Amino acid sequence: MKLSSMLIGACSAFALFATAQAETVTIATVNNGDMVTMKGLADDFTKSHPGIELEWVVLDENTLRQRVTTDIATKGGQFDVMIIGAYEVPIWANRGWLVPLTKLQEDEAYDANDLVPSVADALSVDGKLYAAPFYAESSMLHYRKDLVEAAGLTMPNAPTWEFIGEAARKMTDREKGINGICLRGLPGWGQLGAVLPATVNSFGGRLFDEDWNPQFDQPEWHEALQFYVDILKDAGPAGSSSNGYAEIMALFQQGKCAMWMDATVAASGLTGADSTVADKMAWALAPNTGLGKTAGWFWTWTLAIPAGTAQQDAAAEFIAWATSKEYTKLVAGVKGWAQVPPGTRTSLYENQTYLDAAPFAQLTIDSIRAADANNPSVKPVPYTGVQFAAIPEWIGIGDSITQQFSAAIAGTKTVEEALAEAQNIATREMRAAGYID
Amino acid sequence: MARKVSIGRKVGFTALAWTLGCLMFFPIFWMMLTGFKTEVGAIASPPQFFFTPTLESYKDVIEQSNYMRFVMNSIIIAGGSTLLALVVAIPSAWSMAFSPTKHTKDVLMWMLSTKMMPPVGVLVPLYLMLQYFGLLDTRTGLVIIMMLINLPIIIWMLFTYFKEIPSEILEASRMDGAVLWKEIVYVLLPMALPGIASTLLLNLILAWNESFWTLNLTASNAATLTQFISSFSSPQGLFFAKLSAASTMAIGPIMVLGWFSQKQLVTGLTFGAVK
Repeated sequence: MKLSSMLIGACSAFALFATAQAETVTIATVNNGDMVTMKGLADDFTKSHPGIELEWVVLDENTLRQRVTTDIATKGGQFDVMIIGAYEVPIWANRGWLVPLTKLQEDEAYDANDLVPSVADALSVDGKLYAAPFYAESSMLHYRKDLVEAAGLTMPNAPTWEFIGEAARKMTDREKGINGICLRGLPGWGQLGAVLPATVNSFGGRLFDEDWNPQFDQPEWHEALQFYVDILKDAGPAGSSSNGYAEIMALFQQGKCAMWMDATVAASGLTGADSTVADKMAWALAPNTGLGKTAGWFWTWTLAIPAGTAQQDAAAEFIAWATSKEYTKLVAGVKGWAQVPPGTRTSLYENQTYLDAAPFAQLTIDSIRAADANNPSVKPVPYTGVQFAAIPEWIGIGDSITQQFSAAIAGTKTVEEALAEAQNIATREMRAAGYID
Repeated sequence: MARKVSIGRKVGFTALAWTLGCLMFFPIFWMMLTGFKTEVGAIASPPQFFFTPTLESYKDVIEQSNYMRFVMNSIIIAGGSTLLALVVAIPSAWSMAFSPTKHTKDVLMWMLSTKMMPPVGVLVPLYLMLQYFGLLDTRTGLVIIMMLINLPIIIWMLFTYFKEIPSEILEASRMDGAVLWKEIVYVLLPMALPGIASTLLLNLILAWNESFWTLNLTASNAATLTQFISSFSSPQGLFFAKLSAASTMAIGPIMVLGWFSQKQLVTGLTFGAVK
């Protein structure tokens, strides 16, 4: 009797334990400020979803990309939600590595129609959404209105590169340590490799022609790179070839740059507590050359579900929460409206409170809407992506060719040498990958 | 009789040694210094040597991560793999040092050759094997992998130390009736203790700092301090001060261990160097 009671008790305890076992959703993410905020607010999700526990794996971008690629290619099932970029989504979706977010698309409460169309398009294949955008960005011109005024200039809403060149040289004051313009020169497909191809788009160039032939030997690339090298030489900070996003952010915050063409999300850093020029900031669209394309790029960090996961439903619940309108309100309540993840929902830009709190909001959404990932250049292209080509080979090519361009900025190579070498590298890689003969 | 060294040469060598030492230590010193700067100060140009120190980055790092969980995983994986490797390596090195065959050198070279292959070449096969056995993101899986990765170096080091021990001493113990395990435990190991200690310490350091496998084969459960460091690198925003603070916290335990055991390390590494 005693033994049977004990057995029944043990079985009941086990059954209770088993039913109380929560599903664990493991999320692989990079460590951007917005992701740190999401992690900090995750209690809100677990409270409303008591059956789901969250585990976070935070890695640097390159390690994360390598780590999740290994896992997803082998269907390892280590991650249930992956935070991936606009570059991976079309490639992985086409390979069947991502679960389509069909339920989310059809969920009225989620309101997928509210997603900014250019953002949703970049994350969809054959009309199916494969990743939900967490925040989106383009590029725009950040500038110091006090220095522009002091130089006797008026910044147009859509400046040309010619105007930017003149303004940069006029505002440069080496004695006071003010550089007319700061631009990225650090090699890497996500560093110089983001800014320069977007700039080339505005000069009428493209990465590949319709037959996948690299275009670095074309006159548009020469004109754009020569302009980039010259403007940094005449009006840029010393050592521009080693300046990336973080370095220029620090320079600008310390009052050493008059203009900076870079990510729209930089605006919150330039107006934040660390900035000495927060009250002097103004913004304009990314520059153009009058050909119909600006140097605006497009990027979005997204949440996606890998095909190997056993927790698809719980993962989808989490994604719905993290990319919902309610999440935006949650962040606004805790951190203020200026800090909400930007660029993904149309309704955010109809919210006057947000528009008042974030003076750069309208330009951000205008830039994102103008960036067309399917038609990034004046000429036709065979790839998706504005400042990159969404093919698996692009990271390798982008990293290698930007080393050549960075050398041209540093002055150790001529523009002609850098472009010729870039053309050789890209042609070799594209031939090896079977795109061209 | 020791050769007389002039004062000038002594001063010269001392200055050279200090210069090299300072050069080698500077990156670590700079990392530690950067951890006490603000994010803007961390990438200021020109670099700041004098500044008002702040613990802001350490506060952020501790708030954002479960440091102790990463430390425990590092201790278990580095310690476990090193001990397991010693258990396998000591008999292996003994057999090769005291009972060699004509293929012993080939075996030693073959073992070393496994270290010449880039790890990424075997990432997918190993990943699939661990997945099949349910060992992905487990401490057990990592202990086994790290043991196998460091085994060639451990066997080579122990083999070198064992070779310095006269085989006659082991033969004498056998004459006195010692069986094999007693010969190894009571005669060989005490004599080779400095060598074993330095092998253990060196491999503990190697396993602690290993990043490729610990990053690629773990997710949340078995993640070590290498993932802790990696998590503070950000593609956007400023992160160098937090990254430096995290790196200082990650190398702290192993630096303390190295500091206290430097005598054993040097003794072991120079064991048999003078004949």
